[in-house]
Amino acid sequence: MASLKELRARIGSVKSTRKITSAMKMVAAAKLRRAETRAAAARPYADAMRRMLAEVGRSVAGEGGQPALLTGTGQDKVHLLVPMSSDRGLAGAFNSNINRTTRNLVLKLQAEGKTVKILPVGRKTYEFLSRDFADLIIGHRHLSASKEIPFSSATELGEQIASLLEKGEFDICTMVYNQFRNVMTQVPTEMQLIPLALPENDNTGNADVASYEFEPDEGTMLSSLLPRNLQVQLYATMLETAAGENGARMTAMDNATRNAGKAIDRLTLTYNRTRQTNITNELIEIISGAQAV
Amino acid sequence: MSIKVKIVSPEKVLFAHDADMVVMPGSEGDIAAMPEHAPLMLTLRGGVVDVYEGDVVMHRFFVAGGFADIAPTHCTILADRALKVEDVSVDDAEARLAALEKSYEEADKMNVPALDILMDKIQSARAEIEAGQSAIPAMSI
Repeated sequence: MASLKELRARIGSVKSTRKITSAMKMVAAAKLRRAETRAAAARPYADAMRRMLAEVGRSVAGEGGQPALLTGTGQDKVHLLVPMSSDRGLAGAFNSNINRTTRNLVLKLQAEGKTVKILPVGRKTYEFLSRDFADLIIGHRHLSASKEIPFSSATELGEQIASLLEKGEFDICTMVYNQFRNVMTQVPTEMQLIPLALPENDNTGNADVASYEFEPDEGTMLSSLLPRNLQVQLYATMLETAAGENGARMTAMDNATRNAGKAIDRLTLTYNRTRQTNITNELIEIISGAQAV
Repeated sequence: MSIKVKIVSPEKVLFAHDADMVVMPGSEGDIAAMPEHAPLMLTLRGGVVDVYEGDVVMHRFFVAGGFADIAPTHCTILADRALKVEDVSVDDAEARLAALEKSYEEADKMNVPALDILMDKIQSARAEIEAGQSAIPAMSI
């Protein structure tokens, strides 16, 4: 049985832990709101981009000599994986889900005899993967340290991937990221970036819409749309990661706060019981001492 | 009769309003979007987008390249970067232009696609300086 002093100290330490976790929860909630607003603000561009790409894709469909960003290299040998995690921990299983999914994917691809290269984004996944697969990592970058993720960070990453493709460093590029379902649920998702699956045209309902003219021609249009589309997709996943990270952290910290509360209750109960036992013991000693006199 | 104009950058919607005409800098020449314009998609060079209501320019935006989607009832401009002409900082743009010209000097002259991209960026920076300078007298009146 722990002494009263030890119990008091332990209650005190759990209480301060609870203060920290509940503060972190509030901060995560505020950041989540901001991240969601930003993700919503970025959606119109992504939507318009998807519409244009579908339109251009429809008019070049079936033509040869399309850019590698769309069709890939036509081979299936070298896979580039881009796992995206947050830079900071204490967000429940958010980052370890990404790490586990990526590791399984690497092992699966290697078992199939493919060459795997990894370009991790975010500190957490980089640190994890550099333990097991240090020789596969061809570079890494952190998410922006500042509060807001600028579009330029997606541009840089997109340009890096595009230039790797140009040099023939990989055939297929897959991204592993946490899809943001809601605050409670983030689903680790594999998304193939290259070759790209062209979005379906969604305006089948108004087929009478006259077909588009292009200036410059479709091919040029497509080759300038594709890199931008890659960047937009990366940017969207970055924003989703930022929102998901804060959602996951909020949930994790909420659980931690609740657990701390329970632990405090339990410890307080033990503390009171111990105190009572001590008092009873002392009384018995006094009484039996008095009787003996 | 008017068209719905939207100017969006990757980060947010900058401007969404009805207008009578929008003049934008297409990569092969300026183009005006008006009601009942035939559907057209084009790439943009760096330059100024003028939004007309009636015969008056109500809003001016600088866009640093991008795409535009023109349709009979709407016009969506996807700008790589966009800001109001009043907010253009000439000093920033000049610094960027100097850096770009330097990297053009140092660039591999055989790598034509890379040079093209640099040229586009230089053009965009020049257009930004011009846009910034044109905004100053307008404000002092």
